[in-house]
Amino acid sequence: MIDSMVLFFTTNFVLYALVAGISLALVAGPLGSFIVWRRMSYFGDTLAHSALLGIALGLLTDSNPQLSIILSCLVFAFLLTLLDRRPSISTDTLLGVLAHSSLALGIVVLALADSVRVDLEAYLFGALLTIGNADLIWVLVVVSLVAIVLSVFWNDFVSITVHAEIAEIEGVNVNRLNLILVLLIALTIAVSMKIVGVLLITSLLIIPPAAARSIATTPEKMAVRASIIGCISVVLGLISAFYFDVPVGPAIVVVATLIFLAFYFYPNVLKTRS
Amino acid sequence: MSIPDSSNNAASNSSSDVHAPGVLLAAKSINKDFAEKLILENISLTIEEGQIVTLIGPNGAGKTTLVRVALGLLQPDSGAIYHRPNLRIGYMPQRVHVEPTLPLTVNRFLQLANRQDKALLSNTLKDLKIGHLEGRQLTAISGGELQRVLLARALLRKPELLILDEPAQGVDLAGQAELYQLISEISDRHRCGVLMISHDLHLVMSSTDEVICLNHHICCHGKPEHVTNDPAYLSLFGANASQNLAVYTHHHDHEHGIGGSVKEHSHD
Repeated sequence: MIDSMVLFFTTNFVLYALVAGISLALVAGPLGSFIVWRRMSYFGDTLAHSALLGIALGLLTDSNPQLSIILSCLVFAFLLTLLDRRPSISTDTLLGVLAHSSLALGIVVLALADSVRVDLEAYLFGALLTIGNADLIWVLVVVSLVAIVLSVFWNDFVSITVHAEIAEIEGVNVNRLNLILVLLIALTIAVSMKIVGVLLITSLLIIPPAAARSIATTPEKMAVRASIIGCISVVLGLISAFYFDVPVGPAIVVVATLIFLAFYFYPNVLKTRS
Repeated sequence: MSIPDSSNNAASNSSSDVHAPGVLLAAKSINKDFAEKLILENISLTIEEGQIVTLIGPNGAGKTTLVRVALGLLQPDSGAIYHRPNLRIGYMPQRVHVEPTLPLTVNRFLQLANRQDKALLSNTLKDLKIGHLEGRQLTAISGGELQRVLLARALLRKPELLILDEPAQGVDLAGQAELYQLISEISDRHRCGVLMISHDLHLVMSSTDEVICLNHHICCHGKPEHVTNDPAYLSLFGANASQNLAVYTHHHDHEHGIGGSVKEHSHD
């Protein structure tokens, strides 16, 4: 049993999955916290759904799939921030229309393109165990970039989230930082697609912060604890995928949800009694 | 006494030049409308170092809009705003809503303004008597305490100009007088200008240099005692407003500690 476990974790593809999953979970903690604080989870969802359209278009034009996902996520993110400024229709309705129409359109385009065989399920639910060298490098590059930008602008990001107007008077360029944050979210979603899939990406971003909320008193503590919870979910998700022969992406989300429920109902479980 | 013609530079001292070194902020002939409704009509004012200017007016008179235009958060439809170059502004908005999903202690909130100067932080906390709140969540303190925390954040920028949108809301009457006194002291000590919105002219009278009575246009302006006798002020607020000026004041022979304990007052 233990032997097979050791073997499992030293296999190349499992190591890749572990490194990719953990590094994503590390940035998903702070980034997902902003999504929770700024009520952007539907925004993230829409972005992920529309990424499938990007994949379809990428396949049709025969371009690098990872690159086309990233490009389409960035373009959609930019378009969505523009839409946000028109108050004629409520934002959640608009996002709902866009999310599902682009998902449907993506699937239709993929089905029409007979020439290419695509594992649709891999994009919908993720295929962490099939990631290769190139995928891993993409993940590591994006994760490092996101981590650097987040740490450089951390105080400003928190400040515009707490009160945008005070931040602006204090000299923070609110519009520029809003755009940067949206682009970071888009990049992270683009590279997480292979890991948890279109349908589960937002959960990887928002469940760990939601779980950490009950046990945090400052934004920094919440972000760090969300990262830790995300990493634990990745590891336990991989192990349970191995034992129970279930898909990895959903297994990770289920573990994260269990942790969320535990902290939600027992927020004091980590406090040492004095 | 006549109603000043608002088409002139109503609230500015005729002697002061906009680019004089003491002028922190000047607004010139500001017009602003929302949905075809004129909110601000030809407003001009200047604020100088050490000067406290109070905006009063009924609800919906455009006070907050004027403040937002003065801050540069809102573009006027016409007219111009001048800020002294590199002007440091401390701003206290009317409302601060913190998302319940965002854990935030008072201390962390204040550090958003200034992370370096720990001595300034502890002095400001002491001046405003909110040191005991440091570790509390921002969502768990009372309205009056929140006002003090917001004022503290504005002060941490070492402002040359303080812009305060109803600083005393949610503060009890005794606390209001104390807060206005404090603002006046701060203005004296740092030579900083203050532009604030207030509903209670009788409370700010003693600590304000200039009152601007606003109802979309500037109805009247001047020293507080001048404004309270102005027909425009009286028609806006009613004659009772002036007669109620004498707030009942009494002298306490003791003070209460934070926990409510009675502290003997030392007579000198």
